Amino acid sequence: MLTILFDGVAYGMLLFVLAIGLCVTLGLMNFINLAHGAFAMAGGYLTIVMMNRYGISFYWGLPAAFVFSALLGVVLERTLYVHLYTKSHLDQVLFSIGLVFMATAVVDYFMGANQQTINLPPSLEGRVNFLGASIGVYRIFTIILCGLLTVGLQFVLSKTRFGSRLRAAVDDGRVARGMGIDVTRIFAVTFAVGSGLAGLGGALSTGIISMDPTFPLKYMIYFLIVISVGGSTTITGPFFASLLLGVADVAGKYYVPAVGGFIIYTIMVVVLILRPQGLFTRASR
Amino acid sequence: MSMTQPPKSDAGAQMLAGARWRWHEGLFWLAAIGLFFLFGDFIPGVPTRLMLLSEIISLGLLALSIDLVLGYAGVVTLGQGAFFGLGSYVAALMAKAGMGAFPLSDPVVGLLAAAAVSGFAGFVTSFLVLRGSDLTRLMVTLGVALILAELANQMRWLTGGADGLHGVIMGPVLGQWDFDLWGRTAYLYSLAVLFVCFWISRRIVNSPFGLSLKAIKGNALRARAIGVPVNARLVAIYTIAAAIAGVAGALLAQTTQSASPDMIAFHRSADALLILVFGGAGYLYGGLIGAGLFRVMQDVIGNITLQYWQFWLGLVLVLLVLFVRGGVIGLIEGMRDRLTRKGDAP
Repeated sequence: MLTILFDGVAYGMLLFVLAIGLCVTLGLMNFINLAHGAFAMAGGYLTIVMMNRYGISFYWGLPAAFVFSALLGVVLERTLYVHLYTKSHLDQVLFSIGLVFMATAVVDYFMGANQQTINLPPSLEGRVNFLGASIGVYRIFTIILCGLLTVGLQFVLSKTRFGSRLRAAVDDGRVARGMGIDVTRIFAVTFAVGSGLAGLGGALSTGIISMDPTFPLKYMIYFLIVISVGGSTTITGPFFASLLLGVADVAGKYYVPAVGGFIIYTIMVVVLILRPQGLFTRASR
Repeated sequence: MSMTQPPKSDAGAQMLAGARWRWHEGLFWLAAIGLFFLFGDFIPGVPTRLMLLSEIISLGLLALSIDLVLGYAGVVTLGQGAFFGLGSYVAALMAKAGMGAFPLSDPVVGLLAAAAVSGFAGFVTSFLVLRGSDLTRLMVTLGVALILAELANQMRWLTGGADGLHGVIMGPVLGQWDFDLWGRTAYLYSLAVLFVCFWISRRIVNSPFGLSLKAIKGNALRARAIGVPVNARLVAIYTIAAAIAGVAGALLAQTTQSASPDMIAFHRSADALLILVFGGAGYLYGGLIGAGLFRVMQDVIGNITLQYWQFWLGLVLVLLVLFVRGGVIGLIEGMRDRLTRKGDAP
């Protein structure tokens, strides 16, 4: 019972780190980037290649994944995404699905279609007993790391100058621009950080869920659920949504495997029916 | 709506002018019949491709149904594949229960049943897409499609689970023509169904009802202000489109004599949306042309690099969004405009 709860929380934390970048892009730039999972995949595969081909430590893989995905994000944002901001949502959806298809095929070409996993460093393997439940060390590691990231993000967003500029740009981009805030630059930086976090999440998830080229499509749905349930204006909303989703998914698959897949979709549809307006449109404060 | 009285107003005349059949439309349908003789194993040396063509028709019909919702009413949907899959399962299950005998295995009865069931599902779920932004709609339609796909996968006793339904025996079309090995009956039957659905859709979009849909797409708030019952119109068109998608699914199930989770899977919806955008949304023909190009492209690229055709599909999509407005038809119209602009005042 406690084990499931713990696994669910770890999974949810992971989903949060994976999805938070998409949240910000969506909330900030009103841009539907379905290719967000591709950045996560990039980070995940980078870690796999570093560890399995070059024998570099997992602990180096994580920051490398962050930097790599962030760079990738900046390059794509500056060259491609920037043309899409003013286009319709449908165009954005099609464009990013196109990117996902390309990313999937490219990874397939270079890495093969089969699932890839890593061998965790010995210090992260094994299980410990906690209040009578056996919990994987890696789950604890994930929870602590993601927890720190969440606190850090919350701090940056609410306490720093960059955070207040970002929030200003979220609330009203035009006025923010008028006040002399370089919204374009903030967009680029935020996009990079969001992609980097996705990469980091991808690297972390290699230890829990294996990587294969269909990762962006498979998890795209999860990201969107996190955002649709949690809303995209705060980071606490998606955070709790991720935890809920993670626990519900793990518990559902454990207790009622036959209907496991339904649970998350049903949660999503019900939430969207009950609160269709409050989820994507910004609540007037 | 039969035109017993010739409309006198300008608006009526304008709408009638828009509804007139044009010569290139006749050409299109003639070409579709011509394909039957070209690929129907009548000419030695030309491979038989009627099954592929029937599949294209079914895909095109699905894209057409999305066009009604997206191209005319402006509702973004990622879940049309759900109705397609529902229709295919209904048709396959009925035929299977009928063991090849009338009335359950009759193809036309199957089509009507599929249309009714899918239309009903569309009607029920249409209330979910009335509210919210584009993204909410995308998510809700996607969610409904995923739930249905999961249902089809889980209800093993009814749908055969992951294996799907096979060995479905269809009765002869209208009690006359049996489905043959070359797919001749299948193709002509599909083409006839496509034409009927197309004709209905064409009447719809050229009617005052269709015009009000365009108004909703343009600006729902203003449409409401001039007295268009926005929600009722959206429910109606979503239901009709779902019924047509169901017919498309039933066609595929009947001509391939099987139904599988693949028919209801997410990629159906995505593919159909791509097909429509590829061909050009808002023209009705866009989906049909897009479906043909899409499948031919899939075949050609698939022959060169079997595994990586997705890459090229993605590339085409990205380029399309970045540089071309309105898909293939938009491209052609743009060129025609450029040619004729010399004569006209801009």
